[in-house]
Amino acid sequence: MTLLVLLDHDGNPDGAAMPEASREALTAGRQLADDMGADMVAVVIGGDDIDDLAEEAGKFGAESIRHVTHDLLADYGPDAWAESLRQLADDTDADAVMAVGNDRGNEVMAFLAARLDQPFVANCTAVTDADDDEWSMTRIQWGGSLLEDATLSADVKLISFGHHSVAAAPADDAGEADVEGFEVELDESHTITMIKDRTVQTQGVTLSTAPVVVSGGRGVGSADGFAPLEELAELLGGRVGCSRAVTNNGWRPHSDQVGQTGTRIAPEIYIATGISGAIQHWVGAMASKRILAINTDPEANMVTKADYAVIADLHKVVPAVSEEIRRRRQG
Amino acid sequence: MRILCCVKRVPAPGAKINVTADGQSVETAHLGFTTSPHEECAVEEAVQITEAQGGEVTVLTVGPSEAEEQLRYAASVGCHSIVLVPTDGTALDPQRTATIITETVQALEAEDGAFDLILFGNESADSGGFQVGVRVAHALGRPIVNGIKGIDVEADQIVARREVDAGFEVYHLPRPAICGVKEGINLPRYPTMKGRLASKKVDLVARDGDADAGGQSMIRLHRPQETAKETMILGDSEEAAGAIVDLLEEIGVMS
Ligand SMILES: Cc1cc2nc3c(=O)[nH]c(=O)nc-3n(C[C@H](O)[C@H](O)[C@H](O)COP(=O)(O)OP(=O)(O)OC[C@H]3O[C@@H](n4cnc5c(N)ncnc54)[C@H](O)[C@@H]3O)c2cc1C
Ligand SMILES: Nc1ncnc2c1ncn2[C@@H]1O[C@H](COP(=O)(O)O)[C@@H](O)[C@H]1O
Repeated sequence: MTLLVLLDHDGNPDGAAMPEASREALTAGRQLADDMGADMVAVVIGGDDIDDLAEEAGKFGAESIRHVTHDLLADYGPDAWAESLRQLADDTDADAVMAVGNDRGNEVMAFLAARLDQPFVANCTAVTDADDDEWSMTRIQWGGSLLEDATLSADVKLISFGHHSVAAAPADDAGEADVEGFEVELDESHTITMIKDRTVQTQGVTLSTAPVVVSGGRGVGSADGFAPLEELAELLGGRVGCSRAVTNNGWRPHSDQVGQTGTRIAPEIYIATGISGAIQHWVGAMASKRILAINTDPEANMVTKADYAVIADLHKVVPAVSEEIRRRRQG
Repeated sequence: MRILCCVKRVPAPGAKINVTADGQSVETAHLGFTTSPHEECAVEEAVQITEAQGGEVTVLTVGPSEAEEQLRYAASVGCHSIVLVPTDGTALDPQRTATIITETVQALEAEDGAFDLILFGNESADSGGFQVGVRVAHALGRPIVNGIKGIDVEADQIVARREVDAGFEVYHLPRPAICGVKEGINLPRYPTMKGRLASKKVDLVARDGDADAGGQSMIRLHRPQETAKETMILGDSEEAAGAIVDLLEEIGVMS
């Protein structure tokens, strides 16, 4: 039995560190391979020098690594990646293929599923039975607000694991994994959907990685009302976030939005001001280590679910916090 | 330009989502309905493209007859024709949905010509399968990229942009093409009174369609376990600033 686990990387794996998403995929894959009684084979698509990725994959329990190469695999493209996986699954007679449930992983798996005409179960949180023909699993609905118990019957099982639904951990009995090349056959028809260009935004800490997120909702009242939140975020080396009510009003760009259709964040502390805490917002914030809500309504969902709360006008509290930080730093 | 948008009717829950006793669906007794924000943006994008370049926007949904509400809403913000493939309202698996949509697209195109562009949402708001658009594109033999936050329609290609942490990835898709759209690509307009009135006059086209079930089956829905926690109230005025900064120091984000 063989389980293929697709590793994510940023188009060019040369000398790249393994993204956390891939460590999660290998951690979940290890358990799954165990349940299936299968070997876990990690798959890296493209690039020349994958030594670092391979070593890391070994630490996380991959028995071996298949390195897929072709001149046309210069960058990411869902068609080329899915076709590579298809050929490799064929070559290894794979029983299952899995990826991490991020944008790219889900996209490649959907392409693979379409090519193989097989079902694909996206964003699993656990596979509860993988030793029968029919698998049982739990998967994410509503961006994490609900869970679905599902079954999967398929010739080749195709799944992704929800990003952040397993904590990455190295294998206890990790050995060294051998790297074996795999030359796929691709043509121009597979590169239609390949990245043709990139525009680079220079930004420091991103919303998804910021240690502190200072977020505002409808209660902030206006675009200008975000200036004190900007100031506080800057003092703490963090980023400003917001709710959908805010992006809908055009006060902030969508790249600041936290939630089901925005960004999932996991900062040390999430400071949510003037946000009621609708479920679609909450699922984007719930992975935060701590939540501090500042709201005039003590019954607001954000307040009752938070670790800490201040029941007051955010327009007074936020500047006072910045003031206090400055005072202590001077003193 | 002929553009098709595919949207899905879903409940719009507030502070929490409740599941029916049989675990088969969301308790909707006190809820309104909507579509995914991604799909609202797909509709807005299609309308903006036809406003700039001429053409027509068709909106398609596979769902219960009540999904007419979402189709009329799309018409009220500028879509020209609306198509419903009625179901009995039970959840369909992604393969089945994709086959129904593919066959409906083929039938619509046989009658009125090909769509230059088909837009999906990045994922449906409820089941979030991340695949219906990709399956339809594959069956139609057209290119698709998901997660699109920028579309330029050029004479022979679509330039599509996907936002990533480091900036944007740019894709060039030959027409006819398909995109899965993400919220943030635009700011959807609200319907005007005039738009609302006009939408009532748009003919609802109902089309039959069904397909075999795929290999993924839903057994039941449930809420994730929540650990009840006490909220510690740090104060009821700006006087709480001191306590907040104490907390920030304690957790080590002040350095
Ligand atoms: C499919 C779907 C996906 C969605 N995805 C997202 C998403 O990704 N992200 C998201 O955020 N939403 C999302 N939503 C929308 C969500 O349901 C809510 O509508 C939205 O989060 C509400 O934003 P809000 O809390 O800022 O506004 P409101 O709900 O209006 O809350 C405003 C809050 O501000 C407080 N307030 C007012 N004045 C003050 C003051 N002076 N000081 C302190 N507090 C004050 C009020 O007490 C209230 O609690 C989605 C909805 C759907 C249907
Ligand atoms: N029942 C449906 N009717 C019309 N379009 C749908 C339906 N289900 C899904 N879609 C479209 O396919 C996209 C992806 O859905 P999914 O694969 O379920 O995440 C959605 O954003 C919609 O644009």
